[in-house]
Amino acid sequence: MDGVATGLAILSTLLVVVPLIAIFIYLIIKGASSLSINFFTQIPKPVGEDGGGMANAIVGSGILLGIGSLIGIPIGIAGGIFLAEFGRGGKLANAIRFTADVLNGVPSIVMGIAIYSLIVVPTHHFSGYSGGVALGIMMIPTVCRTTEEMLLMVPHSVREAALALGVPNWRSVLSITLKTASPGVITGCMLAFARVAGETAPLIFTAFGNSNWTVNPNEAIAALPLQIYVYALSPYDEWHKLAWAGSLVLIVLIVAAVSLVRYVTSRGVLKGAS
Amino acid sequence: MPDIPASQSTTEHEVPTAGAGDAQMQAVPVEVPVAEASAIRRFLLSRGNSAIADRGFHWLMVLCALSIFGIVILIAYELVQRSQLAWAKFGLGFFFSAFTDPDTHQPIYWDPVNGHFSALPFLYGTVLSSFLALLFAVPLAIGTAVFLTEMCPQRLRGPLAFLTELLAAIPSVIYGLWAVFVLVPILREHVNPFLVKSLGWTTLFNDDNPTGLGYMSAGVILAVMILPIISSLTREVMSAVPGSQREAVLALGATRWEMIRIAVLRNARIGIVGAVILGLGRALGETMAVTMVIGNSTDLPGLLKNHSLLANGSSMASVIANQFSEASDDLHLSALMEIGLALFIVTIIVNALARLLVWMVTRGAPAQRN
Repeated sequence: MDGVATGLAILSTLLVVVPLIAIFIYLIIKGASSLSINFFTQIPKPVGEDGGGMANAIVGSGILLGIGSLIGIPIGIAGGIFLAEFGRGGKLANAIRFTADVLNGVPSIVMGIAIYSLIVVPTHHFSGYSGGVALGIMMIPTVCRTTEEMLLMVPHSVREAALALGVPNWRSVLSITLKTASPGVITGCMLAFARVAGETAPLIFTAFGNSNWTVNPNEAIAALPLQIYVYALSPYDEWHKLAWAGSLVLIVLIVAAVSLVRYVTSRGVLKGAS
Repeated sequence: MPDIPASQSTTEHEVPTAGAGDAQMQAVPVEVPVAEASAIRRFLLSRGNSAIADRGFHWLMVLCALSIFGIVILIAYELVQRSQLAWAKFGLGFFFSAFTDPDTHQPIYWDPVNGHFSALPFLYGTVLSSFLALLFAVPLAIGTAVFLTEMCPQRLRGPLAFLTELLAAIPSVIYGLWAVFVLVPILREHVNPFLVKSLGWTTLFNDDNPTGLGYMSAGVILAVMILPIISSLTREVMSAVPGSQREAVLALGATRWEMIRIAVLRNARIGIVGAVILGLGRALGETMAVTMVIGNSTDLPGLLKNHSLLANGSSMASVIANQFSEASDDLHLSALMEIGLALFIVTIIVNALARLLVWMVTRGAPAQRN
């Protein structure tokens, strides 16, 4: 019985690890073979023409993530500061913590249609702004909860030392407590960033995608995950190859972010963030 | 201490300087030659009382925290507002009943052209694909968690845990891409014919769908996607079981498996259920990968005639992703919004339940991490 159980546990671990390795192998083989310099420098070409790339989608993703980070990171950190420094243990803080968890569980497609009706319908056009807002809102809960957790790990004596020197509370929070916790807070931001970097569903009805070159966030704008989705479902082999190449680029970016975070936190002051 | 008002701390600082007079004030710079100290002092003297700044900062933080409430309320408000039309026309029957064609007496579930909408096929698709996903994922996730917490050599633990966490970082659309080009062909060529041949008598597997897409494919890819979250949370609740429990059972002469069963799994069962429900919440709302492999048929196969798991279908999330941008008339849009609202409410309930269960177990014992 003991041996059987051990065998089953090892078998299930293998079954979990195999798909992951399979996905990575396929991404690398299929992606690398269709990756070229054109991929990074050209915009998509019409069906039938060879070549073409995803330069506009890469730049578009960058713009969307930039807008998202500008919204999500400050609000998330501020929310975390409130939970850890001002509202600790209070009813309001508990309610906000719970709401953040709920927001974290809202399906991204629902977020997409809500932002559509909130921003796209009143402004009458798809825009990079609306896509950025959707991504930003999705970042808030992760950033908020990690910031709170990291701030709670800062010892009380550090805060007391700052206050005993007569530093105003806001200054103590920002330059003493938050600074002490910054490796962990940055981890949280990176994880949130990595998570929304691959989001497709909230962008379908907000950023919409664009096969032309644009950097204007007030227009419909291309995004890497969106382009992958469209190309993967298209009937053209050429586009399938581009989809694999785009996936490889996306996954390399995300895995690099996550590994960097893990590396930094494993040797940083505050461990235990990832 | 965050609760001490800053005005108080500044007065504490000012009282001795004011009371002791000039002589002491002049002595201070001589005794403290450190540059940082004087910088802080200069900063403080230039600021004076910071009660206003402090209060402003406090309220700014409160405002940002409250904006999380605001966002959830705003989302709910928009969804309710935009689904009014469908709600007024179909009521609660939207989720349960179908329009019956007067000529053929066949039920019509989703007919945008004539304005007949019912969410039943998508409810069925979501429930079925999520159920299949849990069926595949739960045993594997628990097995992995048991292996990683109880059996695995210390050296392998870190990398394996990292690998399973990496699964969680892969975007849904890449899972979809992999599923379309790798998983579905495998299912179509090898697994589905086998299932039809060996289990066809259960009528759960019919070979009338040559594409390989369908509920089964969606369930498999969903299982791969929710594995990491279930397994890492299970790992967390298992590590929260005190070591003394394990030792006590082992001391009574139990084998390792008996120890895991009696000490670990039994103690962690509530938390494991919580982890499974959290995985369910993820599966219910998962969009891209499901949209790419479920087949996107808006028909309900008909529970009595054909309940093949290999049939094409749609889930609630996938029908929104598919039809939202081409929905031209208001009723169609409103019906899709109502599906979104239902999804929103269901995931909130499921997530709240799961958090409650996980919290009940890990409370008190801080989870050990790798």
